[in-house]
Amino acid sequence: MNIMERKPPLFKYTIVLVTCLMLIAPIASATESKEEQAPGRAMARQATKSKKLWRTTDHSKHEILQKDFGSGEELTQACISCHSEAEKQFHQTIHWTWLADPSDKEREYGKAGNSLNNYCISTNKTNDAGCLSCHPGWGTSKESPVNCLVCHSQKSMNFDEAVTDIRGFLEDGDEESKEMALEIQAELRDAAQDIGLPARKNCGSCHFYGGGGDGVKHGDLDTSLVKPSKTLDVHMGVDGQDFNCTRCHTTTLHNISGRVYTRPAATDRKSLVEDDLTTKITCESCHTAEPHKVGKKMNEHTDKVACQSCHIAEFARVNPTKMSWDWARSGKLKDGKKYKTKDEFGKYDYMSIKGQMRWAKNVKPEYFWYNGVIKSVTARDKIDPAGVAKVSWPVGDREDPNARIYPFKVHNGNQPYDKVNQTLLMPLLSGKKGYWKTLDWNEALTVGQASMGLPFSGEFDFVETTYVFPITHMVAPKDKSLSCTECHTRTDSRLAKLKGFYMPGRDGSRIINYAGWGVVLASLIGVLMHALGRIFSNGNGRKED
Amino acid sequence: MTTNGKMKNIYLYARFERLWHWLQTLLIIILLLTGFEVNGAFSLFGFGTAVEVHNFVGLTWLIAFAFFVFWIFTTGEWRQYIPTTKKMLSVVRYYMYGIFRGEPHPVPKRKEAKHNPLQRIVYLILAAILLPVQMVTGFLYWGYNSWGDWGLSWLSLQVVALIHTAGAFAILSFIVVHVYMITTGHTIFAHTRAMITGWEEVADQESVGDWEYKTKAV
Repeated sequence: MNIMERKPPLFKYTIVLVTCLMLIAPIASATESKEEQAPGRAMARQATKSKKLWRTTDHSKHEILQKDFGSGEELTQACISCHSEAEKQFHQTIHWTWLADPSDKEREYGKAGNSLNNYCISTNKTNDAGCLSCHPGWGTSKESPVNCLVCHSQKSMNFDEAVTDIRGFLEDGDEESKEMALEIQAELRDAAQDIGLPARKNCGSCHFYGGGGDGVKHGDLDTSLVKPSKTLDVHMGVDGQDFNCTRCHTTTLHNISGRVYTRPAATDRKSLVEDDLTTKITCESCHTAEPHKVGKKMNEHTDKVACQSCHIAEFARVNPTKMSWDWARSGKLKDGKKYKTKDEFGKYDYMSIKGQMRWAKNVKPEYFWYNGVIKSVTARDKIDPAGVAKVSWPVGDREDPNARIYPFKVHNGNQPYDKVNQTLLMPLLSGKKGYWKTLDWNEALTVGQASMGLPFSGEFDFVETTYVFPITHMVAPKDKSLSCTECHTRTDSRLAKLKGFYMPGRDGSRIINYAGWGVVLASLIGVLMHALGRIFSNGNGRKED
Repeated sequence: MTTNGKMKNIYLYARFERLWHWLQTLLIIILLLTGFEVNGAFSLFGFGTAVEVHNFVGLTWLIAFAFFVFWIFTTGEWRQYIPTTKKMLSVVRYYMYGIFRGEPHPVPKRKEAKHNPLQRIVYLILAAILLPVQMVTGFLYWGYNSWGDWGLSWLSLQVVALIHTAGAFAILSFIVVHVYMITTGHTIFAHTRAMITGWEEVADQESVGDWEYKTKAV
């Protein structure tokens, strides 16, 4: 009976204890944040570590740039006297043509074509000269020479105004005017001698003002990005990497990558590791497709979720952006006069000439499957006025291998359409016969459509519309990225609208959950009753002999 | 160890068996807590941590289970899980009636038969069906991103996830009953003590002889 007397040896407990400790250690290490760098960060740092520019010329030493320029054309000629191909190249780009595909004569997507949006609903084709102020030529003519300075001069000035003033003062002819002209010419010369790759303020002089004002259109592009903090944009932050736009928007023959219109900005998502000549326009270009620490679940999200979806939790974080524009409510008068009112941000939320507008800050994006293609209707395409008509929309669905969940700003509009032809209408807005002057829709629409060479039945109404912008700038520092439960949650998931797939934490079966907890509860009640039975029964549940 | 005339100590659970039992207890509790957080029932560790811990512990369990399977077949302990209907009714009758009357257990534990007929069927279902289903569905869930490479693109994550959830409820329900049932020994902690030390006091019935605990399982 020795065996009965045997005491449990101590080492057994030691083994159990050690095993438990061994188990706990890896669990703990799985949760603690390691200081080691994620490969995606290391890669991106490597790809952009050199901040030197390989400049081999100093424009201030060029003889041709030493003179007093009398016109914009003269300046352009000076540029192309060395950069012989630059203007020819630039004329081929969308920045000049404002057509997505100039060979497509039928649809003519683009600002200079039949495209329209749900903001300012006219295009330059309808003779609204204001739109042309962004066209990178001198003045507001599309036939004028290319204005190289607007993109390449590191000095900020209104070049169009400068050359107009110079011409004006020179024409005046008196000494004082000549002096004034010389002063502006000196300034212009300085600007022409200080040349480089486009900086944030160069690109921003148009792109931050899309829609006719600061932050109107994009939501992730506004003047807050001229000198952003790292918190606003982790790449461009002046207290961080201080990237210029061209860091990512790389260029071939003046074609700048990143355009999202009818085609994706990049057809394949390659990193510089796979192809050192690939464009840097995608996040993956520098960060690779598995940017997070090895073994992190986030690396397994990148095939279906765009980086931007988690890393840009909100857009318009400094300046507000316009979220809706209701043209139908325009035309109201106060005391017989046009008027306008401002909102909490100091932005106009009502203007007699434009209608009701809503601005917002810190906006949560909407999320859609997106393969890089944005489709849009042109002024020639029929719309369905029964519901909300989409003026533009992202293409892609879950089954599309190139589509990922991507964040968007959705701008809601209410704009005129032709009740007979079922097309969206383009009114003339500025000018004597423009709506902003006359507040007469019929006339403005008739003139506008006629100038576009498009039919107008004379019968119009307003239709609610949506227009989308992919959100890709204003990438926040990593500690400001989305937590899992922004999406993986049963209530208020950011992806609540995306159906057709099972998402842990968001989806589940109510039946299984209710039945499951029901069974657990029933078991609990069962054993409690049994226990009570034992306590109060004669045998007390234990037999002592 | 006080034993009256009719009780005696037998060495019921081998060292590995006990280690396996408590390791599995720990793993399952962690898996339930983290799993139900991922399911959305509550938040405790934070979703991301819950996922990471659940994945790690799940894979650990998978490896540990392989050792259990090896053990159970090399020791012949698998025989303990062969279901039988013999005395099943008297066991059921005991737990529904006899236990309240202070009657002795109709099938006392013995070294070569440590499971009563009810336990045999429950543990067989657990070890041969429920746990493997959890492991298979859990492993598939974990490997979701590789389904294409594994030729499993036809699988539905929803189906896998829901089976996994249903299995989790079944296990939780089992634990509730199991934890209660271990208090039904001749003292409240008799069974617990046995699973810690390996030694259990059982009724010294005629059918239980010295040879039984002296003989190691083959």
